[in-house]
Amino acid sequence: MKSILIVLFSLVLILGSCKQTDSQASSGEDFTKNTPLGQASVVDDESAKNILQLAIATPDLSTLVAAVQAAQIEHILVNAGPLTVFAPVNSAFDALPEGTVETLLKPENKKKLAFILTNHAAPSTYKGRLLKDGRKIYMATGEYIPIRRDGDDIYIGDAKILATVDASNGVVHLIDKVLVPKEK
Amino acid sequence: MKLSFKSFLILLMFGLSLAIVSCQQGSGNSALKSSTAEKVFVAPGEYDEFYAFVSGGFSGQLAVYGLPSGRLFKIIPVFSVDGEKAWGFNEETKPMLETSYGFIPWDDSHHPDISQTNGVLDGRWVFINGNNTPRIARIDLTTFETVEIIELPNSAGNHSSPYVTDNTEYVIAGTRFGVPVPQRDISINDYKGNFKGALSFIKIDQETGGMDLSFQILMPGFDYDKAHPGRGKSDGWMFFTTYNVEEANTLLEINASQRDKDFIAAVNWKKAEEYIKAGKFRTMKTKYAHNVYNDETHSATSTMKTEVRILDPGNLPGLVYFLPMPKSPHGCDVDPSGEYIVGSGKLSANVTVHSFPKMMKAIKEKKFDGESYGIPILKFEDVLAGVVEQPGLGPLHTEFDGKGNAYTSFFISSEVVKWKLGTWEVIDRKPTYYSVGHVMIPGGNSQKPFGKYLLAMNKITKDRFLPTGPEVTQSAQLYDITGDKMELLLDFPTVGEPHYAAGIPADLIKAKSKKFFKLDENKHPYATKSQDDVKVVRDGKDVHIYMTTIRSHFAPDNIEGVKVGDRVYFHVTNIEQDYDVPHGIAMIGANTSELLIMPGQTETFVWEPKEVGVWPFYCTDFCSALHQEMQGYVRVSPRNSKIKLSWSLDGE
Repeated sequence: MKSILIVLFSLVLILGSCKQTDSQASSGEDFTKNTPLGQASVVDDESAKNILQLAIATPDLSTLVAAVQAAQIEHILVNAGPLTVFAPVNSAFDALPEGTVETLLKPENKKKLAFILTNHAAPSTYKGRLLKDGRKIYMATGEYIPIRRDGDDIYIGDAKILATVDASNGVVHLIDKVLVPKEK
Repeated sequence: MKLSFKSFLILLMFGLSLAIVSCQQGSGNSALKSSTAEKVFVAPGEYDEFYAFVSGGFSGQLAVYGLPSGRLFKIIPVFSVDGEKAWGFNEETKPMLETSYGFIPWDDSHHPDISQTNGVLDGRWVFINGNNTPRIARIDLTTFETVEIIELPNSAGNHSSPYVTDNTEYVIAGTRFGVPVPQRDISINDYKGNFKGALSFIKIDQETGGMDLSFQILMPGFDYDKAHPGRGKSDGWMFFTTYNVEEANTLLEINASQRDKDFIAAVNWKKAEEYIKAGKFRTMKTKYAHNVYNDETHSATSTMKTEVRILDPGNLPGLVYFLPMPKSPHGCDVDPSGEYIVGSGKLSANVTVHSFPKMMKAIKEKKFDGESYGIPILKFEDVLAGVVEQPGLGPLHTEFDGKGNAYTSFFISSEVVKWKLGTWEVIDRKPTYYSVGHVMIPGGNSQKPFGKYLLAMNKITKDRFLPTGPEVTQSAQLYDITGDKMELLLDFPTVGEPHYAAGIPADLIKAKSKKFFKLDENKHPYATKSQDDVKVVRDGKDVHIYMTTIRSHFAPDNIEGVKVGDRVYFHVTNIEQDYDVPHGIAMIGANTSELLIMPGQTETFVWEPKEVGVWPFYCTDFCSALHQEMQGYVRVSPRNSKIKLSWSLDGE
């Protein structure tokens, strides 16, 4: 009789442990890894260029592109948007205190870098007469940065707009300074 | 039977070895590599665990899928005509698409919501809104058919609709566009103050599900985007997100997001009931259609209503309060406990959460920050529960798993973010492919979510599926949300725009699904319940054919005496009383769709023959082995012909 009890007991144990392993085991398959860049992985050479493609094709934005890649936010720049991106040219990054860019590009600073870059993007397409003197642009970080007009020159914060290029999903304004976020 | 000790032991050992073997099979897979495919694979002949009702957006319909498989079962026609099911083409359903503007063959269907009892899904009805010509439809979940559509006056862009209260007392619908109320000829520049936004409260008959437009609250002309009823402790309140409190009327892309904060309008609908009872409303002349389909007559009727009761919130204290909410909020979602009101400012960097208890306290202590059109604005800090900081870009909609977690979709950064209620910390994020709009957890907007799966609905797919020219499918993606981290399981294509969805355990519905209509309950005025009763009757230029179908023939199948210029009504009754044996019928040259007639049902199409000849009709649904033999002829003679009406089957 005792042996029956032992057998029964072990049966219960086995069934119990079996249940545990069965409950919602993670499959270990991560299908998001198939497309690590999200929508930026889409191969399309026929459509009008999106903001990311334009930036990549512009030599003077190579630092910005490197930063976007380091922050892994390429997919945001190819989104349907529409987005307005104020794109600091290479010399704008060069003007930052020495070592800033190198530090930001380090993997451990990914989040901080993403936040800084996000401060250069605003929902909706702001260009031409929509860049009204005094209008505050609400950046994706939540910060407001004002537009200032001085003769023919247009500024966003302290940064001067050097050139404007239309993108399929918005507009890119090349600027001469980095828009460093006020907080964080 | 007497079992010896030995044989008992043997049996026991056998059972044990079985248990071990089956256990090894189960755990062996998960230890090595349990396949994601297994999680979505529903074996042939087996059932899905959940129904998902996914709207079709610009298709105007409602699709029924199974989860986790993503298999499509049915497209329920709602606001758009559907030749497959003769919806809007047969005489019986044409009245369903009548409006105060006349017959409209299309709409934009957005937000399905399932009826509830005590804040829990009860599986009786699904309600869904028509956006363009404001309407709410009710779908009966025994027939999976649209059985009622009510139009909403004083509304335009019926977007913050239809949301069901804890006991389905009301279905609530808000207007996206401010419009002049009543409509009149004024300059668009006079928008501010002159345009209004109506919030409609549709009372639901608990027995029949019947909808009645009980009253409207006439709000300032902001854009009312989404809504959510209070749950549990906040039952009795309704929350609407607003944007464009600027009351801009041009380039809203920029001009509607100038202010730092818009509002969530908190409406005390129990107070509204008191005001209605106390007669504090005004009655306004208007015009709206109310269309009801009857499962016994198998026919719809359309009635034009002419009055609506209006409550003006500026004059009615305690009816409405505004809760400031950053940057053009879209989603407005209340957690299962009813404590938290989550606003997703679609341009905001953060997700802002308000507290219902704090709101009640702030109201009591009159913590107001001014007013807007006589409606008190509560102080932001006094109602704020917390903020999810920088969770993603473009927050849109939040659903809940019932375990203290919230899941918010982010359109711009194409992801779903899981975060914790109360601590507001981000727990996990997973990409979507691409540009997710709404998300759905079965029961995820009720007091009792079934938090096993999350469905994300994407607007853009680009390269996710085989290409089909410039127009490619939109999609849904299924995630397992039982673990700490979400797990992407499946992509599947959808119908139209999968704008929003409601899901429910299949067990709450499937047993109630009707198999066929009982012939002896058929009260259609032109029903023919027996093959012996078939006939053809002339009434001036109208010819009525009383026809039956049963495997595999029409009765009658040959008809003579029809003349050019007649209007020929085919009233066809499917006299089968057997599950899954519909019959169809189509007539050459008829300017309408086929009929698809369920067993026990009668449907009618009209044919106006224009030419002399002998014209065939046939069964369009592959009903039986002799389906291809199921056919008939109508002889059409000149207008001045003396040939008398006659009909026959097998020469009799």
